[in-house]
Amino acid sequence: MKPTIVVGYSPDEFGAVGVERALEEARLRDARVLVVNASRGDAYVDEHFASTEQLRALEEQLSSSGVDCEVRQSFGHDVAEQVLGVIEETGAILVVLGIRRRSPVGKLLMGSVAQKVLLGAECAVLAVKPPR
Amino acid sequence: MDNLGLLADGLGAALTPENLMYAAIGVLLGTFVGVLPGIGPAMAVALLLPVTFGLEPTQAFIMFAGIYYGGMYGGSTTSILLNTPGESSSVMTAIEGNKMAKKGRAAQALATAAIGSFIAGTIGTLLVVFFAPILADFAVTIGAPSFFAIIVLAMVLVTSLLGESKLRGWISLFLGLTFGLIGMDLNTGQPRLDFGRPELGGRLDIVIVAVGIFALGEALWVAAHLRRKPLEIIPVGQPWMGKDDWGRSWKPWLRGTAIGFPFGAVPAGGAETPTFLSYLLERKLAKKKDEFGNGAIEGVAGPEAANNASAAGTFVPLLAMGIPVTATSAVMLAALTSYGIQPGPQLMTDHSDLVWTLLASLLIGNALLLVLNLPLAPLWAKLLSIPRPQLYAGILFFASLGAYAASQRAFDILLLLVFGLVGFMMRRFAFPVLPLIIGVILGPLMETRFREALAISGGDLDALWSEKLGVGLYVIAALVIVVPLVLKARRPSNPSDPDGTDGSTGPSDSDGSDNEKELVH
Repeated sequence: MKPTIVVGYSPDEFGAVGVERALEEARLRDARVLVVNASRGDAYVDEHFASTEQLRALEEQLSSSGVDCEVRQSFGHDVAEQVLGVIEETGAILVVLGIRRRSPVGKLLMGSVAQKVLLGAECAVLAVKPPR
Repeated sequence: MDNLGLLADGLGAALTPENLMYAAIGVLLGTFVGVLPGIGPAMAVALLLPVTFGLEPTQAFIMFAGIYYGGMYGGSTTSILLNTPGESSSVMTAIEGNKMAKKGRAAQALATAAIGSFIAGTIGTLLVVFFAPILADFAVTIGAPSFFAIIVLAMVLVTSLLGESKLRGWISLFLGLTFGLIGMDLNTGQPRLDFGRPELGGRLDIVIVAVGIFALGEALWVAAHLRRKPLEIIPVGQPWMGKDDWGRSWKPWLRGTAIGFPFGAVPAGGAETPTFLSYLLERKLAKKKDEFGNGAIEGVAGPEAANNASAAGTFVPLLAMGIPVTATSAVMLAALTSYGIQPGPQLMTDHSDLVWTLLASLLIGNALLLVLNLPLAPLWAKLLSIPRPQLYAGILFFASLGAYAASQRAFDILLLLVFGLVGFMMRRFAFPVLPLIIGVILGPLMETRFREALAISGGDLDALWSEKLGVGLYVIAALVIVVPLVLKARRPSNPSDPDGTDGSTGPSDSDGSDNEKELVH
């Protein structure tokens, strides 16, 4: 069984760089990629949750990369906990996160999925940012 | 024309900068609440009723009209962008509207819905100006037995024409009638169904019942289904229409208005039937038939106009006879009553200034909606990203505030909770809400007429069918009940109308959209 690389995904530029980097890492290490797209599922609309169309585009990108890939969508109380759950379940060797540029105060106000994953993950965490 | 002069006076009273501000606030608040799926104009009005407390009647009505039209507009926005019709009347809008949005024509769908609503609302309100006084003049001459018959007919129509399960409709109606009995018997002074509580000595406050059933019931329902797969919203910019869209829209608008208004004016149970008929008509008349089912603009323009015209039409029986036929007009009636206005045929003469102000406010609210809300559509769509716990916390706050503010009794909050649980159970078991509300409001009115008729005849029940009009109405009511049963018995294997009903999901007002949503724990 190949080792697993988990990506915390949202259908925007942050998710895109995360997936890109995860695919690179997977080729280097001969690993498979597990894309996790989680939502709290408590709003009528969640723009961080990939729509059918976005999902199709993502899957096309993944299958054309030649890397062994899987996409998972889930709902639950906390997005970070869902990502951590997947890491634990698969015994992932690496988790890749696309993170936002925020000031410390902004972090304080908005909370952060990335921060929780960073602090909670047992495996290595790779944080990438989209180019400015 | 005399009526137009009175309407102009009403407009004069309503058109001041201060009043326009109230209208603007009303429109914004109404849309805010109306945009949320599962919350139609009836609930928007019930919920925001307390906001108008403490204002002058004129200003309150203006704000109220704004809330009303705002709530209606909000409903069509969610139908089109999310494909979740908030109530039965926008089911038809959702069919074509969402298809249009998926094809990247959300802006045009929103525009034709909003402009069509505006045109239908304006024409409808003007028609009310002409018809309501005529009907009121006639209504004054009607005796108590016939009035009783009218109310019976209204109840029968509302209960048996709406929804898929007639049995559920009747249960809901009688539940409402039972709630309407609570309080002191006006003739003998005996307490009824008061469970020994002095607080139940008076009639139930309709605001508490409505807010409990609509707002609290919906909030509990949402809480029970908190985590769901997020819906796929279609991004939208500024609503606009091209020349071609105008050309294709204006006829459906007018036809929709023509279909919708009579259905509202005759107590025939809300906007479900006329929107459906309008949809069928537009599909029949469409030049590009194959486009129907794939996002034809006519399929949005027609039903949306029919919806608003029938909403305007409901003001005819409401103002002329004090008989509400939709949940929204039932709540409106409650609002009128809270200003010490007795509904009934005397309304047009006793409180003519208020009635004309109300009608003028409807015109203003309608116009302001178009000016203010059309550019804000992208902002309203953003509202749907607010997590439900926060949204419904706010709604519960307003609901409790409203229930308490009415008479400042803690007991009313308890009542609110009880009705909230009733509302929740009704959603759970797919009972239509409208017959219950109609029962609560019309029950006492019906009782008064019944007692009146019996008092005049000295207790002789024959008095009930002593008037020709009354007998005719009973015959209609009986036909409405019997004919569908006979038809059903004769064609047992033929399910009703295979085409066009694909979009109607639920049997009642607000739970229609819930069936198709995926449930997640």
